[in-house]
Amino acid sequence: MAMFEGLSEKLQATFKRLRGKGKLTEADVNEAMREVRVALLEADVSFKVVKDFIARIKERAVGQEVLESLTPGQQVIKIVYEEMINLMGGSESKIQIAPKPPTVIMLVGLQGAGKTTQGAKLANLLKKQGKRPLLVACDIYRPAAIKQLEVLGEQIKVPVFSEGQISPVKIAEDSLEWAKKNGNDVLIIDTAGRLHINAELMEELTKIKEKVNPQEILLVVDAMTGQDAVNVAEAFNNQLGLSGVILAKLDGDTRGGAALSVKAVTGCPIKFAGMGEKIDTLEVFHPDRMASRILGMGDVLTLIEKAQQNSDEKKAREMEEKIRKQELNLEDFLDQIKQLRKMGPLSSILEMIPGMGKQLKDVQIDEKEFTKIEAIICSMTPEERRKPELIKDSRKKRIAKGSGTTIQDVGKLLKQYEQTKKMLKQLSALPGMGGGKGMPKATGKSSKKGKKGKKGGQGKKPFLKFPFPF
Amino acid sequence: MAGLFSKLKERLTKTRQGFVDKVGEIFSGAKKIDEDLYEELEEVLIQADVGVNTALELVETLRKTANERKISEPAVLQEVLKEQITAMLGEERALQFAPAGPTVFLVVGVNGVGKTTTIGKLASNLRAQGKKVLLAAGDTFRAAAIEQLEVWGARAGAEVIKQGEGADPAAVVFDALRAAKSRHIDVLLIDTAGRLHNKVNLMNELSKIKRVIEREIPGAPHEVLLVLDATTGQNALQQVKIFQEAADVTGIILTKLDGTAKGGVILGIQSEAKVPVKLIGIGEGIEDLKPFEPREFAKALFSLAEEG
Ligand SMILES: Nc1nc2c(ncn2[C@@H]2O[C@H](COP(=O)(O)OP(=O)(O)OP(=O)(O)O)[C@@H](O)[C@H]2O)c(=O)[nH]1
Ligand SMILES: [Mg+2]
Repeated sequence: MAMFEGLSEKLQATFKRLRGKGKLTEADVNEAMREVRVALLEADVSFKVVKDFIARIKERAVGQEVLESLTPGQQVIKIVYEEMINLMGGSESKIQIAPKPPTVIMLVGLQGAGKTTQGAKLANLLKKQGKRPLLVACDIYRPAAIKQLEVLGEQIKVPVFSEGQISPVKIAEDSLEWAKKNGNDVLIIDTAGRLHINAELMEELTKIKEKVNPQEILLVVDAMTGQDAVNVAEAFNNQLGLSGVILAKLDGDTRGGAALSVKAVTGCPIKFAGMGEKIDTLEVFHPDRMASRILGMGDVLTLIEKAQQNSDEKKAREMEEKIRKQELNLEDFLDQIKQLRKMGPLSSILEMIPGMGKQLKDVQIDEKEFTKIEAIICSMTPEERRKPELIKDSRKKRIAKGSGTTIQDVGKLLKQYEQTKKMLKQLSALPGMGGGKGMPKATGKSSKKGKKGKKGGQGKKPFLKFPFPF
Repeated sequence: MAGLFSKLKERLTKTRQGFVDKVGEIFSGAKKIDEDLYEELEEVLIQADVGVNTALELVETLRKTANERKISEPAVLQEVLKEQITAMLGEERALQFAPAGPTVFLVVGVNGVGKTTTIGKLASNLRAQGKKVLLAAGDTFRAAAIEQLEVWGARAGAEVIKQGEGADPAAVVFDALRAAKSRHIDVLLIDTAGRLHNKVNLMNELSKIKRVIEREIPGAPHEVLLVLDATTGQNALQQVKIFQEAADVTGIILTKLDGTAKGGVILGIQSEAKVPVKLIGIGEGIEDLKPFEPREFAKALFSLAEEG
């Protein structure tokens, strides 16, 4: 969750005085772009790629209407996010299949990027899809690289073609023959890691390519790669004409800006993401998740969008008002739970809310718990829902009975309700999150009558329509 | 251990030459000191993976110094910046050896950074100094990791203590420590499986390995060496921080500096964690390990990447 601090907060700060509607001015956008630039650079997106990207965003953002439901800051993030997804392309984790088998896939990249492991994972995946892959051991340089591939092949029951330390070009060529004879319809060629500036070894790859005519030449890139990613990707692409990229080691905590860099300089789709050392951890690449990750802001955009789709404007305003006045009751609680559940599984929604990590520590609720809560609230009288303070022991007993739960469950819910109320108060004091700055810090009493702090009264504020951050 | 370094230096002069000097420096063209130049410097630093914040700080300090000292020559300015960077990288970088009995180095890092290769190179170097070296195959996880270390052991002339794939690495290390003592080994180098620092159980495993070492040989490990790949971006900061917490890293080995990546992230690391870089890797050959020289490193940050 630590990732969620960062850009969105900075942007909220930048834009806190820019609430309301209107068009995005160049000055607004420039200011936001400074933050976006830093965020992208900190995420290791290449300097030059950032520069071009920012220029493009600016062009698109200036003059745009600010949606009623968003702050200008959120609006800019939305544009940045959408452009990033555009840039990284759709998810197309497909391998080009040769019209006449065998299909040949070459894996190339720097030393230690993860070619051998991804090769075995890919073989495993294709095997599961009913193919008969053959792994080809063309790394004759690194000690025990052939052995490594053989061990992995053994694990997944995929044959490995190796001829020891002879010319990799010859090995590749021979493997093609062997595959034809043995009915293997996909060849996965594991090549040795090499530096993109090693002319001799780069030339070796071209020779292999010429011999085997691959459908796919996939560059395996370590997700932790920094600024050098562009140089590497460009060199491999110029040398070989890449068809795609595999982003390895994405199970780490890197922001992974290399994904954007590599895509930008090669134009090749990122076809897979390596998500672990185990053999079944080659996954579809999700440009939207990657964009959020690079920006360091969770799936906040998805959340904004989901919230927009799912919540009715007027209700949200009422809710906002109630939160601000701290008049929230269990009726609203129930309403929100229903809305929330429309949006999808709870856990995935919670993960999308920036900064929620800490707040949620004490308020843990799972899906089952939710059903229980709905039942409990439904067993209350309307009056009880509006004034939960009324619920004392005897009422608790009745409610428990009515909802098929225990008195403890009812007590727990009431406590959670109190906690949530408290939490909401804090949350709505966060910039951009709720009623905002003007939220009176005082306890329920002083704000009961809807008296607002000095700045609290300045008309309607766009409230990000989160359902209960429960 | 001045011996190690002079030896290394001697051996590696050839490689070192050309690694920096074959290319022109970026600012030789600048005529005067102006905003553009500062901006360009900042760009160069960022492109060397120094990190935005550290780059900004460096340039800010540079600006102040330039004003104070009334510097007007771009060439002088660049020298000042190099000084600044050199100073940031600190002094202490000799490997620590045990005063008596076996010296133990534990080598750690994320996947594929060059741990095993570095151990091979280091073993060979120590052997050349007449030391008795033993290797421990602590990577029992990755396919053929043990075989890989054995190849290096054979090349360097060092024996390898191992168990089978899937064995408890702490047990392998325990065996190796016992063997080191009974065979009067001078230096024991322990290879470990690559692990991403955000995997809590794997980091705990590392802490456990370290505890076994501490228990078995008081004062050991004499170095916990974190291998960082120079190609890595800002995530290296996180790597240092978390490996530090799990295993008290005492030094960094920066590998793959023979590519076009500059490894500038270690500047950011210095301002946060102060872990000295002790050695660098500049190739896949057995001799491609050399002492880290801050001045050379600073210089290399500003050298143009050779076109591929
Ligand atoms: N160009 C270059 N390649 C290097 C350097 N050091 C290591 N390598 C290569 O990087 C690759 C990975 O090195 P390993 O030593 O296997 O790395 P490791 O950290 O032990 O890897 P795992 O045990 O799999 O985590 C190999 O192909 C090495 O030859 C270096 O300084 N320069
Ligand atoms: Mg290794």
